[in-house]
Amino acid sequence: MAEIPAALLLLADARLPAGGHAHSGGLEPAVAAHAVTDLADLRDFLHGRLATTGLTGAALAAAACAYAAAYAPDADIPPSGDGSAGGRRGWRGLDAEADARTPSPAQRRASRAQGRSLARAARATWSHPGLDALAAEVRAPHHPLVLGAAAAAAGGTPRQAAAVAAYGAAAGPASAAVRLLGLDPLDVHRVLADLAARMDEVADEAAAAAAGGWDALPAPSAPLLDLLAEAHVRAGLRLFES
Amino acid sequence: MGAHHDHDPHEAAPPAGRALRLGIGGPVGSGKTALTAALCRALRDEYALAVVTNDIYTTEDADFLRRAAVLPDDRITAVRTGCCPHTAIRDDISANLDAVEDLQARHGRLDLVLVESGGDNLTALFSRGLADLQIFVLDAAGGDDVPRKGGPGVAQADLLVINKTDLAPLAGSDVARMERDALRVRGGKPVALTSLRERPDAPEVAAWVRGALRRARGAAAAAP
Repeated sequence: MAEIPAALLLLADARLPAGGHAHSGGLEPAVAAHAVTDLADLRDFLHGRLATTGLTGAALAAAACAYAAAYAPDADIPPSGDGSAGGRRGWRGLDAEADARTPSPAQRRASRAQGRSLARAARATWSHPGLDALAAEVRAPHHPLVLGAAAAAAGGTPRQAAAVAAYGAAAGPASAAVRLLGLDPLDVHRVLADLAARMDEVADEAAAAAAGGWDALPAPSAPLLDLLAEAHVRAGLRLFES
Repeated sequence: MGAHHDHDPHEAAPPAGRALRLGIGGPVGSGKTALTAALCRALRDEYALAVVTNDIYTTEDADFLRRAAVLPDDRITAVRTGCCPHTAIRDDISANLDAVEDLQARHGRLDLVLVESGGDNLTALFSRGLADLQIFVLDAAGGDDVPRKGGPGVAQADLLVINKTDLAPLAGSDVARMERDALRVRGGKPVALTSLRERPDAPEVAAWVRGALRRARGAAAAAP
């Protein structure tokens, strides 16, 4: 197991001031639809999220980490982009890949809002040419891209970036469940601990996939989450942005 | 207005070229939205204004301000806080900063952005990264021991507003004692007594904000 740079722990910490507390990862509309009402439902929801948007986000984060690392002055590979995204190269190409894997407009907006906030926090924290290039090329990048670039800036590997993304995909909604359903936070953390091995598998799969071309990145989808995300923006009562 | 209202060691000037950001915080139901509306009405003809509301439920506060037509729709933005109103103004201000930046980008030069917190408890405090100055609003009928207890909002806000003074006698609250306690825990920083029901234009608070805006402009003009 590779050593974890302490800087990377900042990125995984929920106290990172990057706007995450106002997003429930689709849990709020699921609660509103009575699809998640207790701890067992939450476990199933998190399993499903990890297998779908969790894997997609982790793979995008791993790809972004590898791409950003190539910007470093001592990198072996020049950052050429792989040019596979409809002829759009560079960060905009990878951003288009994220769009293609995020069919719900509401989820796209939520991802970009969190990407914008994370870019602000990461650039205030680290200086890195890959991160700067991402911010210059895409105004509000998708969240996994910024997470991957920030992981590179923090000295992390693509596999570690994927692990932080997978962890966030489960920990974010879990925290929202404590606030929305009044679940026992100790129970919720046991659910997260039980999912840790699954997060590692997702990170392995994501990192392996990211080693190939961008157009072949995983794209599992969760149509019900897409529909709930769209219903959420029309709901009268919303405590979370997404 | 209480004593020493010209003395404020924390007076902060915004960096040149951007609006003064004024946070308005305080417990649920103390009159934050009514004060925001009052300041908009009092200042909108003199200054370029915009408002960000933080509501823990819905966009109700923003909707109230729109219905009251205190500002055009596109000058009011609502931020959701994920059940954590204090987090959004203190620990993680990113959504509010994004909202302020978007308003600035949409309207060009703004003089003043009011950031109204969601209703919270007495420990709430705006981050200096979000608000250059902050007002904390208390309900005079909500217990006259509150100023004595203090807390970050009551003690540190640049202006403490004790609102609903008209209700104080009905609730058995001693407003004079509240003002006295507040001035003591605040080290002499200003306290305003208001009844937004009786004086919906809040002239003493508007005068304080005008003073802050003048000083901010003076500081910007004096900057190299």
